[in-house]
Amino acid sequence: MVFAVFAPLIFAIIIPFISRFKRKIHTGWLILPVPLLIFIYFLQFVGRDFSTIMQSTNWIPSLDISLDFYLDGLSLLFALLISGIGTLVVLYSIYYLNKEEQLGHFYTYLYIFMSSMLGVVLSDNVFVLYTFWEFTSLSSFLLIGYWHYREKSRYGALKSMLITVFGGFSLLGGIILLTIVTGTTSIQEMVSKSDLIINSEYFLFILVFLLLGAFTKSAQFPFHIWLPDAMEAPTPVSAYLHSATMVKAGIYLMARFSPIFSEVPLFFVLLSIFGLVTLTWASYMAVRQTDLKGILAFSTISQLGMIMAMLGFGTTYGVFAAVFHILNHATFKGSLFMIAGIVDHETGSRDIRKLGGLMTFMPISATLAVFGTFSMAGVPLPFLNGFYSKEKFFESSLHLEGSGTFVEGLITAAPIIAVVGSIFTFVYSMYLFFGTFRGEYQESELPKKPHEAPIMMLVPPAILVLGVILIGLFPNFFNHVLISHSADAVYGDSVTKKIKFWHGWDSRAFQMSLVVISLGVLLYLTKSKWDSIYSFLPGPLSFNRVYDWIVEKVESVSNRITTFYMTGSLRLYMVLILTTIIIITASTLVFTGGMNFDVNDLAPITTAEIIIATIMALGAIGTTIAKNRIAAILILGVVGYGLSILFVMYSAPDLALTQLIVETVTVVLFLLCFYHLPNLESGTKSFTKTGTNLLISTGYGLLMMLIGISAYNSRFAETISTYFMENTYKLGGGHNAVNVILVDFRGIDTLFEIAVLFGAALGIYTMIKLRQDKGAK
Amino acid sequence: MNRPNDLILRTTTQLIAFILLGFSVYLFFAGHNAPGGGFIGGLMTAAAFILMYMTYGFEKIEKILPLNFRILAVTGLLIAVLSGVGSFVFGEEFLSHSFGYFHLPILGKTELATAMIFDLGVYLVVVGITLTIILSIATDSHEDPYEDAGV
Repeated sequence: MVFAVFAPLIFAIIIPFISRFKRKIHTGWLILPVPLLIFIYFLQFVGRDFSTIMQSTNWIPSLDISLDFYLDGLSLLFALLISGIGTLVVLYSIYYLNKEEQLGHFYTYLYIFMSSMLGVVLSDNVFVLYTFWEFTSLSSFLLIGYWHYREKSRYGALKSMLITVFGGFSLLGGIILLTIVTGTTSIQEMVSKSDLIINSEYFLFILVFLLLGAFTKSAQFPFHIWLPDAMEAPTPVSAYLHSATMVKAGIYLMARFSPIFSEVPLFFVLLSIFGLVTLTWASYMAVRQTDLKGILAFSTISQLGMIMAMLGFGTTYGVFAAVFHILNHATFKGSLFMIAGIVDHETGSRDIRKLGGLMTFMPISATLAVFGTFSMAGVPLPFLNGFYSKEKFFESSLHLEGSGTFVEGLITAAPIIAVVGSIFTFVYSMYLFFGTFRGEYQESELPKKPHEAPIMMLVPPAILVLGVILIGLFPNFFNHVLISHSADAVYGDSVTKKIKFWHGWDSRAFQMSLVVISLGVLLYLTKSKWDSIYSFLPGPLSFNRVYDWIVEKVESVSNRITTFYMTGSLRLYMVLILTTIIIITASTLVFTGGMNFDVNDLAPITTAEIIIATIMALGAIGTTIAKNRIAAILILGVVGYGLSILFVMYSAPDLALTQLIVETVTVVLFLLCFYHLPNLESGTKSFTKTGTNLLISTGYGLLMMLIGISAYNSRFAETISTYFMENTYKLGGGHNAVNVILVDFRGIDTLFEIAVLFGAALGIYTMIKLRQDKGAK
Repeated sequence: MNRPNDLILRTTTQLIAFILLGFSVYLFFAGHNAPGGGFIGGLMTAAAFILMYMTYGFEKIEKILPLNFRILAVTGLLIAVLSGVGSFVFGEEFLSHSFGYFHLPILGKTELATAMIFDLGVYLVVVGITLTIILSIATDSHEDPYEDAGV
């Protein structure tokens, strides 16, 4: 099983090498056996006496993450769909894409996707599941943007990426919470510990995060907007990812986790409400599309909503119908996408207004399309599988259980919404078929003269249609070997349902079907009269506008924030830095009670000190108001020399000497440099600027003073100086404590200080000597 | 390059520069037991050199004192580091110093400390970098070549 999951990934590495031989043979042929073999491998598990299988491989044991693959009915159904339709899609793409395209890229992306999708449905470890989940988003992004030179492809790819990754991220949040609550990373163990999850304080977050993940991936309302734009992808991709497999990942997730939430009505209510809303909204939206793939995209959204709603009903009827419809939808929608691709390929247009009367040119495609569209519409014929699952859907909507006003309201509304959604489904299905293949042939509108597709291109949709018919004719065979196991896995208990075609005239579900068909026919025949309403209603309610608005606003607002404070003005940055320091430090000082103004430990102040301090203060003030740079530097020197006198008074002769010489050197250097600079601005500065400067500098000075006083008065430990005083001569062999500390006790500081000086000198030297001439720029 | 007639300055400089140099050497050696040390000594030596540059001009001093101050700084840094590395030879940690008393021919009983070697490194670095900085800025010939070699 591990090998089956990773085989496409391994081949994805090889594909670029074998795609070099594409001159002779289409790359698709060479790698076609991979999904086929996987399909055959999974086929061996199908049967009446099905039992679950678990395989583990270590990955990150320290984090309790291992490659656990778990095969039950649900995973098996999905694995078969992924590998089976994958095979057909590869076969189809061989004829769809010609050898001039970058086939290596295409198949690499496709096989990465296949591998990750198999990983999603087979993983038992939530983190492995998440890893594969994001891989599907990533490969889907690459596939949608396959024709990257088209702007719409890039737009669609970005949109689907943003939305699905947003959902994927919230899914990650959900599974992390799940892991914290249950202490395990295995889904099966989580199911057995569902009490812990339901009663935990994070329950609501878990629920919302998981739902967001599933709804974005499965294009549920209001996150459905990425799917129609993803139709810019090549048609094999649309057929595979955006109808049969990836968009069902969210449904898979909900189905997989529904046993955990089986006690929580909220989960099911949310699921069914969003499912029903998606169903009706998307089926309504599908009617007004003019692009073949646009119709199919909204149709997919609406069918996904239907499956989600059935899962949400949470009854045995609902679960069974949901699982059954997953299979049915994959078969007919895959074939319809392929036929849409064929029509596009052979006529050069996908616009349904330009198409028409293609039946005489493309009889085989038209025949295949009949089965697909009629099955989608749920026309009651015994060889269309869509009818069975639609019937089950109506039935399940009638068999809702639960109490509470809200749930009861839902119980009443569900059948009505289901019927309304199905009417629109019927209308667009008919429109899709009759608009394309019947009616008038418009020769002038089409860029190519239509003709039938090559036989091999018709084989994949034909096989899918064969699936539609076989499931329609022998539903109970599929039920016994596959669907019932799958439904058991979702429901967590044995679900036995018989599938019957004929329930009798008095069956409510059949009556609902009749209503759908009669109203649907009526609506379709009078469609031209409603067109104005169709084009009017969703206009301002379109969620694309919301998405575009959000994307545009995120960009412009963050841009505005950045330009607001990143002005390039050093003054502003200084203001921000100093204000931050003042606010943080001052509040820390105040709130932690760090202020300490004890004056008992102070030495007496002498007159000489006062005089020097006054001179220094005057010098400092003088520097700020000097109008000339040279003057400012010289006045600043007063402060420096004053300081060295203070050092003398506090008996620090080394410091005094150093300070004296360093001050002299600094003043000399300043004079050297500033000699070349222009005078200070003499113009009057704005009052607010000067005001803020004054405020900040005063505040900063005051703060430092407070910190100094408080620090002086709060001594927590003995000073180390007594040790130095005692040991300077004993250990260092010198009488000058300062110097012994500098070169002996703490010599390494001095070593690096001279290294710093050396670096500075080197910097100045290079800046001056190696500077480029202005003319050489 | 018109230099003013500054006879008094030149004459006094001859004297003062050597007093400064001598004082700086004193400061350097006195460092271990009295105020002074490599840093101050180095700065003082640099001050003496700067005085000479100011008085006699850049080219003349360069002839008299053919020193490359950048190499001087590198040498100082090297001595400082090696004085630290030297302690490894005696199985001690980096920058461990030791001292002892020796009878030298002229000075009699003298204290010699390995810390002095480190201080010598500091001294040379300070002399080297101070002069490198000041000379590079002072002789910056970018806009007006050899405007004035001195300050």
